[in-house]
Amino acid sequence: MIFLELFWTFFKIGAFTFGGGYAMLPLVEEQVISHGWLSEEAIVNFIAVSESTPGPFAVNIATYVGSQVGGAEYGGNLWFTILGSAAATLGVVLPSFIVILLVAKFYQQFKNSRTVTGLMTGLKPAAIGLIASAVVSMAITVFLPSGFLFDVFKTTEFYISAVIFALCACLVFYKRKKIPPVLVICIAAVLGIATGYAFKL
Amino acid sequence: MSTFKKALKLFLTFFKIGAFTFGGGYAMIPLIQHEVAEKNKWITDEDILEIVAIAESTPGPIAINSATFVGYRVCGVLGSTAATLGVVLPSLVIILVISFVLAAFQELRAVQYAFMGIRAGVLALVLKALITMFKKCPKGWVSYIVMAFAAVVGIFTDINVFLIIIISALFGLVTYSIMHSKGADK
Repeated sequence: MIFLELFWTFFKIGAFTFGGGYAMLPLVEEQVISHGWLSEEAIVNFIAVSESTPGPFAVNIATYVGSQVGGAEYGGNLWFTILGSAAATLGVVLPSFIVILLVAKFYQQFKNSRTVTGLMTGLKPAAIGLIASAVVSMAITVFLPSGFLFDVFKTTEFYISAVIFALCACLVFYKRKKIPPVLVICIAAVLGIATGYAFKL
Repeated sequence: MSTFKKALKLFLTFFKIGAFTFGGGYAMIPLIQHEVAEKNKWITDEDILEIVAIAESTPGPIAINSATFVGYRVCGVLGSTAATLGVVLPSLVIILVISFVLAAFQELRAVQYAFMGIRAGVLALVLKALITMFKKCPKGWVSYIVMAFAAVVGIFTDINVFLIIIISALFGLVTYSIMHSKGADK
């Protein structure tokens, strides 16, 4: 039953994500790719969509994977697409919901718990290490889409990606003014289209 | 105000928050503070700081954690449900629509070129997020060991991510207990 599978997979992802932002990315990558639901490339594409639309990454990616999987299973039927999204989103939300209800009830015990503090001293750096590993697999997808071959340094695609990455990194790490992610994505898209046509990739 | 009315107001407030926060997570905190603490006075500014602290040490996205917590403070489980549903619904609808649009246009050559550029841009964005998180993380040898362990195992092996997280949490708990046991014995 695909909807149950979606629900359960995203329930586990939701239950094991600590910390905001992209802490969920490594879990989504592993689970979604190993199920064959999306490719690494599709996930990276979707991060751009999520940055340009409102709402948390967690809900956005769950909805998207759910819609793709639910729709594909039943020939693009609208209702099954919606059902797939709802199943995955409910799954990703439910662990936080339950845990917060418990915390709200037993707030004092939770706040003073040495066990929670202890677990967090391991969980916070683990999230960072795992995101670092996700960045590595993203970099492979961006720069070496067909695997690591020595020919890769002769292809135009490699150099175009490298130049666009370098330009975007300059914008992103620019200290004096914070440039919104949506703008970075738009600039990257324009550069992609321009170079794509210019070099007839 | 009746409980039902309160729940409805929570739903609408968090719907607005969900519909207007780009990037999610911490970007949502100022908006929650404005809507929930300043405008509706459901909770105080100090509560917001507590919510952030709780959200950081519980699983799941910060947006969901804060919505559930604020909702519970205002009117119990019904409030939690209303607020969480409200914050999730805008994303759900918008992404569903986008998934149809993406499916319709992704075969176009221009769109494929655009995404080729976008993927390189996204890599820069995620790298920045990683560095920001690294700067905020508590320093010390336990942190560095766990970071290195998670990164190396994540990159070079096929070991399940859940397992890496469990091992890291237990390692944190054990080292924390050992380092703080002397103080507790007094």
